[in-house]
Amino acid sequence: MALAERVLDPADLINFDALLTSEELALRDSVRGFVNENIKPNIARWYEDAVFPLEIVPEMAKLGLLGMHLDGYGCAGRSAVEYGLAGAELEAGDSGLRTFVSVQGSLAMSAIYKHGSEEQKQEWLPQMAAGEAIGCFGLTEPTAGSDPSSMKTFARRDGDDWVLNGSKRWIGLANVAKVAVIWAQTDEGIRGFVVPTSTPGYKATPIEPKLSMRASIQCEIELVDVRLPGSAVLPEVKGLKGPFSCLNEARYGIIWGSMGAARDAFEVALKYSQERLQFDKPLAGYQLTQQKLVDMALEINKGFLLALHIGRQKDAGTLDLHQISVGKLNNCREAIEICREARTILGGNGITLDYSPLRHANNLESVRTYEGTDEVHTLILGNKLTGVPAFR
Amino acid sequence: MKIAVLIKQVPDTEEGRHLTSDGRADRDASDRVIDEITERALEAALKQKDADKSVEITVVTMGPAAANEALRKALSMGADKAVHVQDDALAGSDALATARALAQALSGLQADLIVAGNESTDGRGGVVPAMIAELLNLPFLGPLGTLEVSGGIVRGSRADASGTTALRASTPAVISVAEAMGEARFPKFKGILAAKRKPVAVQGAAELGLGAADHAAGNLVLASAARPARTAGVKIIDEGQAAQELAAYLAAEKLI
Repeated sequence: MALAERVLDPADLINFDALLTSEELALRDSVRGFVNENIKPNIARWYEDAVFPLEIVPEMAKLGLLGMHLDGYGCAGRSAVEYGLAGAELEAGDSGLRTFVSVQGSLAMSAIYKHGSEEQKQEWLPQMAAGEAIGCFGLTEPTAGSDPSSMKTFARRDGDDWVLNGSKRWIGLANVAKVAVIWAQTDEGIRGFVVPTSTPGYKATPIEPKLSMRASIQCEIELVDVRLPGSAVLPEVKGLKGPFSCLNEARYGIIWGSMGAARDAFEVALKYSQERLQFDKPLAGYQLTQQKLVDMALEINKGFLLALHIGRQKDAGTLDLHQISVGKLNNCREAIEICREARTILGGNGITLDYSPLRHANNLESVRTYEGTDEVHTLILGNKLTGVPAFR
Repeated sequence: MKIAVLIKQVPDTEEGRHLTSDGRADRDASDRVIDEITERALEAALKQKDADKSVEITVVTMGPAAANEALRKALSMGADKAVHVQDDALAGSDALATARALAQALSGLQADLIVAGNESTDGRGGVVPAMIAELLNLPFLGPLGTLEVSGGIVRGSRADASGTTALRASTPAVISVAEAMGEARFPKFKGILAAKRKPVAVQGAAELGLGAADHAAGNLVLASAARPARTAGVKIIDEGQAAQELAAYLAAEKLI
């Protein structure tokens, strides 16, 4: 399929596709087709009704999207670049849908994959890859956001068992998940626990109403004397590097995803500007509009180049972690600006759900906040440049 | 069971369609895509394979080198192997010459079932599947909206204006599928990777035993004309008399 199957992206001024292999292009086209047929026609309704379409989960699984960058256990075993390309296409549909794939694959599954026992992997990964079990990832707490080391959730040893008490907040999909990876303080530092959500004492309540990520669910989790067997702990990791190793995966996906949302907003604005007549000529014919479109396209091209560069290094095993902050900070910041600028081209029509840019911009408020806020990534890079950590 | 599926690469209908000066579809004027109806034909075959893993699907196309991309997509969707009839001598083939070449390629495959789309989105002749059946001396059923194959019998239903006709034939047989057959699946990631390793056999006219007489086009496009541009219609503003004016207009156009 490769070259011929593809309609060239109108934002692509640099022949970006020449940097991709035919398999990468084929995978992107497959996800793009899926998004065009299954997400774009329905997203306005899902967004307005504030529903996450659970029925789409098995469809995503069939394609190979869940845990796609993990190998074995029913996962597709694809590269970081391919994972990124898929993320960009999903987020061109809606950030909420890409977020689900990210929470499932990069957070919940990768926690078990990286840090779990063989039994935990065998039990959970195949059904999570197949979309039969949704996973969530509990790190953030009501009073512990950017500083997760201050978390209050505590796991107490009781004989062979662990007993968890505490609360988590902003946990994606926690009320529909079958399994939760919960991070908690213990006497030996922060540990991760694989918690079946049917365990007594686990309660997840959706946070409503939201002005962003409406087609996705974020929850508050209460943990009251949640008793788990000794085998529930993730045996391979202690300390914050456990959750951070997963967050880095999710942050990487955002570098691509945010640009997918931006590209969609750009395409909508471009098309609208070519059709909408004011003073007897299309908006696209005005210098002010062209300036906006060009500025948007330049940042989209640069954003995708950055994403690809980071992805290639990730695949080669040569990525420095601060580079993920470069990508996440830059691409979220530019994407939200692009979506807002796209909205201005749409005029009043831009504030309706008939057009995607404002929906994307609103979603990106969440995307720039989760997995490390703009401020946190700025300070990570400030530390890198100056050698002085400003957050301690 | 062996199933052969005919695949066609066509200019993307999302964009404008153009003809070259000699009346052929201008393949460079727009993106090339696998014809959606042939994707649906493949889907019908893949459903058979879903139910019975031993089903072997060969996708067959005739077209220029670039048509390989359509075959690769079909392989990534789940077909097992591909045959690409490709020869400059075959460029410009009309429906009959195309059917002759494809029939030759198909005759070597010993397929129990040959599945095609009912008509392509470029030429829209809708005659090649029946011609192939005739050339191979096989029964032809189509266009089918449903398909069932068991015990050497192929069954399906054909919808028309007044109802549906149930059709049945023994295999081997040629069928064409209508749009009602259902949407095609998306290539799965594992399928995309696997497609790279699946075999594509390229066959030229000589290998197929085709002589100049076989692939000479029986008809020639002498001229083509673009559809006239749409003109503004008659606007009737209702100030209480619209019904009379509408009726008068329809009568004047001899529509009532």
